[in-house]
Amino acid sequence: MILLETKGLTRAYGGVVAVNRVDFTVESGLITGLIGPNGAGKTTLFNNMTGLDVPTSGKVFYQGKDITGYPAHKICRLGIARTFQNIRLFKELSVVENVMVGLHFKNGEGSRFALALKSFLRLEGEQEQMYRKAMKWLEFFHMENMAEEKAGSLPYGYQRELEIARALATDPKILFLDEPAAGMNPQETESLMQTIRRIRDLGITVVLIEHDMKLVMNICDNITVLNYGQKIAQGSASDIQKDPKVIEAYLGTDDDPSDDDEDF
Amino acid sequence: MLNFFLLIVIYAGIYALMALGQNMITGYVGILSLCQAGFFAVGSYVTAILSVKLGWSFWATIPVAVVLSALLGVLIGLPTLRLKGDYLAIATLGFAEILRTVINNWDSLTNGPNGISRIPKAEIFGLTIKSKYAYIAVIWFFVLIVYLLFERIAKSRMGRALEAIREDEIAASSMGINITKYKVWAFALGAAAAGLAGCLQALYIGSVMPGTYVFMVSIMALCMVVLGGMGNFAAVILGAFIIQLISYFPQMVGLSNIIPAQARQILFGLILVLMMIYRPQGILGRKERKYRKTTKEASK
Amino acid sequence: MSSIAEFFQHLVNGLTLGGIYALIALGYTMVYGILKFINFAHGDILMVGAYLGLFIFNFLRGGSAMGPWWFVAFILAMLASMLICALLGMTIEKLAYKPLRKATRLAPLLSAIGVSFMLSNGAAWAWGTQSRKLDYPFDNTPLNVLGISIAPHQILILVVATIMMVALTLFVSKSRMGKAMRATSLDQSTAKLMGINSDQIISLTFGIGSALAACGGMLIALDVKVYATMGTMVGLKAFVAAVVGGIGNIGGAMLGGLLLGLLETFGIALLGIPTSYKDAIAFAVLIIVLLVKPEGIMGKAEKEKV
Repeated sequence: MILLETKGLTRAYGGVVAVNRVDFTVESGLITGLIGPNGAGKTTLFNNMTGLDVPTSGKVFYQGKDITGYPAHKICRLGIARTFQNIRLFKELSVVENVMVGLHFKNGEGSRFALALKSFLRLEGEQEQMYRKAMKWLEFFHMENMAEEKAGSLPYGYQRELEIARALATDPKILFLDEPAAGMNPQETESLMQTIRRIRDLGITVVLIEHDMKLVMNICDNITVLNYGQKIAQGSASDIQKDPKVIEAYLGTDDDPSDDDEDF
Repeated sequence: MLNFFLLIVIYAGIYALMALGQNMITGYVGILSLCQAGFFAVGSYVTAILSVKLGWSFWATIPVAVVLSALLGVLIGLPTLRLKGDYLAIATLGFAEILRTVINNWDSLTNGPNGISRIPKAEIFGLTIKSKYAYIAVIWFFVLIVYLLFERIAKSRMGRALEAIREDEIAASSMGINITKYKVWAFALGAAAAGLAGCLQALYIGSVMPGTYVFMVSIMALCMVVLGGMGNFAAVILGAFIIQLISYFPQMVGLSNIIPAQARQILFGLILVLMMIYRPQGILGRKERKYRKTTKEASK
Repeated sequence: MSSIAEFFQHLVNGLTLGGIYALIALGYTMVYGILKFINFAHGDILMVGAYLGLFIFNFLRGGSAMGPWWFVAFILAMLASMLICALLGMTIEKLAYKPLRKATRLAPLLSAIGVSFMLSNGAAWAWGTQSRKLDYPFDNTPLNVLGISIAPHQILILVVATIMMVALTLFVSKSRMGKAMRATSLDQSTAKLMGINSDQIISLTFGIGSALAACGGMLIALDVKVYATMGTMVGLKAFVAAVVGGIGNIGGAMLGGLLLGLLETFGIALLGIPTSYKDAIAFAVLIIVLLVKPEGIMGKAEKEKV
């Protein structure tokens, strides 16, 4: 089942077309990879699907509904969460509070005024409940003993994980990860792969941009390749590795296709 | 001496209200608004006009002043809150100046530069508020209410959302937080507090004049927040006390002939610079939320 | 007076005012271009410049009667005041802003507000609250040119402002230091890697900006009185001019300054805006520009990279 898709999505900045008529589909329950050389338009595509940027033309559909041009907070509330390429934590807030921000709009159903009033009157109870939920997510990442530390003071690898925990706290159906393994050593990447699989097992659809080909080829069920803003291939890991267009994009035309094993 | 001390307590209270509002805006959301003087003026003039021209009781003018200040905050906030930090500072300053120009020129309503005088005293339980002690009680009652209210908001999800916006707007909006809505709310609350301060100022002085509501007032409110500690409401009240103490110190010790009025303003400027360089978190620093440790065990 | 002559009369007045705004706006825009912060104290440096110029001018001319020497003395006073203010601006940068390079964005802005307060109140303390008049260094009887009355001091303002702006443009585009300045404003860390001493460039920027402010301050002093808070409103308006033109853009600051001067003059003369609302015009313009085209006329829109 298709959970989210873009149709002919284009984003141009003046004369530069960053994303050019891309049809991107995300299947429910799978891990989808989005790869391509630097500057291929991957993050721009992410931004256009998560409300941080508005497409020049084309549409974004989520569960069949047109969500093109929705603001970021609305998109998040629909069940689409994300992390950022250059980590964007709330640095001065504690680790657990970062996750609690993710729980922000999860305060039940009913009229907004009544909810606000309830939250105002039952402050301690509500905060305690949020704290407990946030701690559960930290436990998922084995980070519960760091709960009171400032997010900005965490080591790099933990900051990346905290960002994922914060996104998961919004209770998403889709989780977008923008280069989650960037700057990680092989062991950390290995454990990240396990984490992403565990997230998928929670029933959350994962979409990720990544340059670490080992990670992408190992865990992605479906891979889309962008080059110069255009989609040049889509398929399983083995399909992609054989695709001559993809090989060309990564290695240039002059290279002998036989020596590409190392890259993939 | 005692008289001066009482005076300090009165003004510290009035300015504490303004500083509490400034802290909601600057300390929590990280917006440098320079408009508190404008809302302060609105509060004062509402009280003056309604009580002198229409004969309203002081207490009845308060809700009108507070709501009007908040509405004006929304009106100013909606266009300016889209701007980046420094632009916003100038735009809000501009609004405050426009407001003062309007007050200065709208003779039929505000009496222009002459202002409005003979604002009637307030009564409570049949007693007229006259003595300095009575004023202190009334003013600090309101400070307490606003403090408790703001403190509670800061502890709630709204407070956390405001801080998230301060730390990173893009990440905050990606967490489902409607940043425009929260910024406007914070701005309106801050404006309302300054409006309330304006009412009390008008009541205590008994008259209003455009010359009272100058840029300097906004700077003083800002100084109190920076000195006490951004993001800490109790610290801001402390800041208000210290700044008022500095203001009246020359008179208190009888040296006002030797120390010119400019000296204290130079000192305020120096405080801003030195605090930024040596102690940017203020005297007390930001207040952090604490959660009950026992909840961790309970969750297992 | 015919309506065409009247139009040109307002044009001359507007350009004179705009020229001064432009000179001051340059200081804001140059500092913003490099450090991305509004030097709130810029308007107060202008005031210091006006005072110093007045004192030096009065000292140089002594008891002599008005003559060519007065004009020479005026120019000398202006140059001296510019030099002293350049040093003042550089000192302020070193003491109050430099320690805050790595702090949050709010910190230097607050520090600048503090400096502004110290300067304006310090001036009131040292030189009194009475306003003073800078005497014209020549016979200021208005000349009648084709039905337009032009005061000689207006000509002086236009000439000096033009010279300063041309000199600055040449400096920034042609000289080594000017190029280093542009490089630093584009990308400070890369400029550093290219061997540019960015501390020195920042200091120089403050120096030039402050000198231009002092020059502007003396020109204003020909038109209005000199007092301790004279820089506040003019400074704010010049900042508005910098934003209107596109902050960080030198050409934009000149354009914005002239535009604002013309808008104020024509707003009052032709649109019938009451004189008492004169100061509000600039802020109304600012708010409109920020809402419609926040990057200004010649500025480039910057978008945060996600």
